[in-house]
Amino acid sequence: MFFETLINGLSSGGTYAMIALGYTMVYGIAKMLNFAHGDIIMVSAYVLFVMISLTGQPLIALIISIIFSMILGVVIEKLAYKPLRGSSPLAVLISAIGMSYLLQSLVQMIFGTAPKMVVIGDLGSITMFGVRIPVYILLTLVCTFLIMVLLSIYIKYSKVGRAMIAVSDNRDAAMLMGIDVNKIIALTFAIGSALAAVAGFFMMIKSPSLTNTLGAMPGIKAFTAAVIGGIGSIPGAMVGGILLGVIEAFSFRMPMIAPYTDAIEFLILIIILLVKPSGLLGKMKREKV
Amino acid sequence: MTDTVLDIKDLSISFGGLKAIEHFDLEIKKGQLYGLVGPNGAGKTTVFNIITGVYKATSGHFYLDGEDLTNKSQEYICHKGIARTFQNIRLFNNMTVIRNVLVGLHSQKEYAYSLFDSILRLPRFKREEKEMRDKAKELLAMVDLLDVRNDISSNLPYGKQRKLEIARALATEPKLLCLDEPAAGMNPQETKELMDIIFKIRDLGITILLIEHDMKFVSGLCDEVTVLDFGHILASGKTKEVLNDPEVVRAYIGG
Ligand SMILES: Nc1ncnc2c1ncn2[C@@H]1O[C@H](COP(=O)(O)OP(=O)(O)O)[C@@H](O)[C@H]1O
Ligand SMILES: [Mg+2]
Repeated sequence: MFFETLINGLSSGGTYAMIALGYTMVYGIAKMLNFAHGDIIMVSAYVLFVMISLTGQPLIALIISIIFSMILGVVIEKLAYKPLRGSSPLAVLISAIGMSYLLQSLVQMIFGTAPKMVVIGDLGSITMFGVRIPVYILLTLVCTFLIMVLLSIYIKYSKVGRAMIAVSDNRDAAMLMGIDVNKIIALTFAIGSALAAVAGFFMMIKSPSLTNTLGAMPGIKAFTAAVIGGIGSIPGAMVGGILLGVIEAFSFRMPMIAPYTDAIEFLILIIILLVKPSGLLGKMKREKV
Repeated sequence: MTDTVLDIKDLSISFGGLKAIEHFDLEIKKGQLYGLVGPNGAGKTTVFNIITGVYKATSGHFYLDGEDLTNKSQEYICHKGIARTFQNIRLFNNMTVIRNVLVGLHSQKEYAYSLFDSILRLPRFKREEKEMRDKAKELLAMVDLLDVRNDISSNLPYGKQRKLEIARALATEPKLLCLDEPAAGMNPQETKELMDIIFKIRDLGITILLIEHDMKFVSGLCDEVTVLDFGHILASGKTKEVLNDPEVVRAYIGG
């Protein structure tokens, strides 16, 4: 029972972590909160729905949905955020909220309000330590873990990754060093959106019912996870996501507190921020004058 | 005329109604150490901002080695060979001293290893990584920062941060190095060291354009200067003559 709950928590935590990574990278590098990030998951899930209906091939559908999602992320950045670079963070935030509603409305216009069923198929289950575990949960875990390791290596060792760190540290200085900041920011959105599409895929395996508000709650949860872990920090997003998923899974198991799960999560967020405002793994920022 | 490195022709820029620079001309020859002086608010930093692509000129042109770089992007201008330091220091504050310099080296095209090379630690990656570290150390040695190379850059004292900015600018292998008030906030000892560093850079064949407030500093370093006042050129020519020009003296003492 404990083991099963833990695995469950790790799996939804992995999904949160993957979404949180998008939030955290965009925040760290473009210095903004992309509140439309959750809606990118939703759109990518609709692409998944269409492609599965057309081809019947979940893997091909996933790849197309990832590509679509990346393009969407880059286009959103170009249209809604780039023109506002240098203006107040509030203006950018409002633009992001507007983008979120725009995506939800567009999808509603195209697909209507009735939920769509995205049938990816049953992957079966295996027995580990005497517990039956659905394969999709293991798949989610393994994929999340792999993606995070690869992403960390990419950022630490590739030229582009190092340029990302430089842009995140000081955008003006990075430009001065010959780094194409526009390209780096666009790439950041592309990577974040690709992860959102992967997260959308796993969410659809878990519960195949799809509406245009699919991204809202996971978006907020992942944002919470990113802040708990320390927004801007990649390991922080992983830790925050997993932690939140596990807490959620155990909370659901306890009949007394299950109805208050969301409240408990946000309470934990508040406590962590009171104790360590920069989040668990976030660095304390010393503002220089 | 072939040895002209930077050629600025009839450059103007206005911010709203304010004409910050008007009809500005400047020609710098290869290997020169050129001074741009003038009272606060004269428009000196604005000239740097235009020739490094931070601001777009309202009218006029500037050329590096004959290539028109007007309205080009910052990264393009950087790759073409103009580097600068800032009046208010802009380092990568969360990185070590040597990492700051490595960022400059990384963005140079000659180091072209791929991610694949770097993950697998292939020979090419190892070789280039070592070359870059050696190069970075060489640059840090030139500005006397080799011993603090593993410190976090924001923990350095002010004078050393300024020197690090110079080393980082040199990492992009510039033809023209623009220094914006490099001696600001330095004590006399540091200022003297800085002068030596600037001479060393010049001796490497790098042309230098220097903004400075301190007249002693300028006359000790630069063979030619241009004096700016309210966006206009007040005087220009040999340092000694210009600094004794009655109009220049009036702008400085009276203004
Ligand atoms: N981005 C800007 N917007 C508006 N005014 C500016 C801007 N940059 C510079 N200025 C104005 O241009 C003038 C010249 O400034 P600056 O080049 O910084 O002077 P200096 O470096 O010679 O002290 C000043 O009046 C300054 O306020
Ligand atoms: Mg200035």
